Amino acid sequence: MSVMGNTTPPPLAEPQLSRREWLLSDRPTSRTQAKLGRAYVAWRRFAENRLALIGLIIILALVLVAISADLLAPYSPTIGNLATARLLPPSWEHWLGTDDQGRDILSRLIYGSRLTLYVVVLVAIIAAPIGLLIGTVSGYAGGWVDAVLMRITDIFLAFPKLVLALALVAALGPGIENAVIAIAVTSWPPYARIARAETMQVRNSDYISAVRLMGASPIRIVLRHIMPLCMSSLIVRVTLDMAGIILTAAGLGFLGLGAQPPLPEWGAMIASGRRFILDQWWVAAAPGVAILLVSLGFNLLGDGLRDALDPRSSGQ
Amino acid sequence: MMANTASTPALSIRGLEVTYDHFRALKGVSLDIAPRESFGLVGESGSGKSTLLRAVAGLAPVSAGTIALDGQTLGNRRDKEFYRRVQMVFQDPYGSLHPRHTVDRLLREPLDIHGVSDGENRINRALDEVGLGSGFRFRYPHQLSGGQRQRVAIARALIVEPSILLLDEPTSALDASVQAEVLNLLEQIRRDRALTFVMVSHDLAVVTHMCDRLMVMQDGAEVEQLTSPELAERRVTKDYTVNLLRASEGFTRRQSA
Repeated sequence: MSVMGNTTPPPLAEPQLSRREWLLSDRPTSRTQAKLGRAYVAWRRFAENRLALIGLIIILALVLVAISADLLAPYSPTIGNLATARLLPPSWEHWLGTDDQGRDILSRLIYGSRLTLYVVVLVAIIAAPIGLLIGTVSGYAGGWVDAVLMRITDIFLAFPKLVLALALVAALGPGIENAVIAIAVTSWPPYARIARAETMQVRNSDYISAVRLMGASPIRIVLRHIMPLCMSSLIVRVTLDMAGIILTAAGLGFLGLGAQPPLPEWGAMIASGRRFILDQWWVAAAPGVAILLVSLGFNLLGDGLRDALDPRSSGQ
Repeated sequence: MMANTASTPALSIRGLEVTYDHFRALKGVSLDIAPRESFGLVGESGSGKSTLLRAVAGLAPVSAGTIALDGQTLGNRRDKEFYRRVQMVFQDPYGSLHPRHTVDRLLREPLDIHGVSDGENRINRALDEVGLGSGFRFRYPHQLSGGQRQRVAIARALIVEPSILLLDEPTSALDASVQAEVLNLLEQIRRDRALTFVMVSHDLAVVTHMCDRLMVMQDGAEVEQLTSPELAERRVTKDYTVNLLRASEGFTRRQSA
């Protein structure tokens, strides 16, 4: 016990530690406390950023709306009244007006949030791990493994994203699942690049050498020691890409290759509103604003996460 | 405490060469280190002393020569058994601990890899042994000072109970008072555990203090091998060693003033 922690009083002297002191303790007494303390520090750094909080609120609101769509939506999203409710402007009865099928646009937006989240989450779940795995393996292995994996990545990067997604959807057939697959296939290469760059930075560091010297297998080193270090930049990048994913999904929907009618996908809604964009502007504007808001939310959230998670800026 | 040439050396190196992209960092170095001996490698930066250590640990590309451990010649790939017998402490305690792992996780990892049971006790014992209480167990490296970090690194190296410890300038990144603490700790551990030390340093005073014998290196090759008493009494034969001594004397005189 050569050096005492600087200012924190020893926990025994003061049994009633406030929750905050417990979290920020310099000498945690359990694994959970250490982890929670670390998370709390990251959260505080994140919460200092007002815009990031706004982003988080937007995304949380999106999730809540998606979960409780059945309760929130005043009308059915797919069945409209063609006789009396076609292309009505916004009113107390239909807050955001109705579309050409006589369907309430607000209800369609609310149900559409499910599709948006579905696409975003699935793409993230598929693309991020692929990119992470390819990037870390290629960065750690080096040599011909690196060359082969990175040339494959280059090939994918060389295609314009939307065009490749279009080709894939054209081959697989239109539909929201295929749109997800197409977007995932086209969005992993940047993640692989990031993960590889991060891996190259740490692979020759002493702490990775130290793990090798313990006799750890390469698989263990990549999975347990390198991947966690790549996670934060990857999370940031994926969050920032969410906006792009939403836009690509909307673009596919707009071109009729994503979600098929009568699914209330936001991009498809814009496409169907295009015909009356001058006379009945609200049909296209409402989903447009929704896409804008959610994209903005993800971007703000991503920026905040970058500040909170980036180990370089936090001196850790 | 001369090397006992009759018994099998704990570590025997013959004509070792290391080449990094056409650069020969080691040019045919040979040496024998007896069990429980403390051996120093001295030389200026770029003399290949750290490379020699890394080559033994399997971290440098060996292009020729052999390394034998207790008489068994090692292949290019080290097995787990090797890493239970040989461990290393790195120079920079700020770079040798994983920044996202607690001390607990850092010490548990080698135990998990080698399938050692009884982890809880071992971790607590290892922390005690290096003079850190269990209060340090769940801290992250950024919550530790340089000396404390180096103690954790030493605990991590010792937790698998190796017989040979490779020390790559273990104190050069620490300030003078902490340096002495860590050196004393290492000295004590060597006595308690009957370890063989191979220690790299550019500080002749540290090496004379810690080591029984030493090898002076220059440009990836051996200049001469000496015992510590020989070095202390200036009984050196090569010009390079004389210069090295003179350089370090200037340093000691200023320090003692």
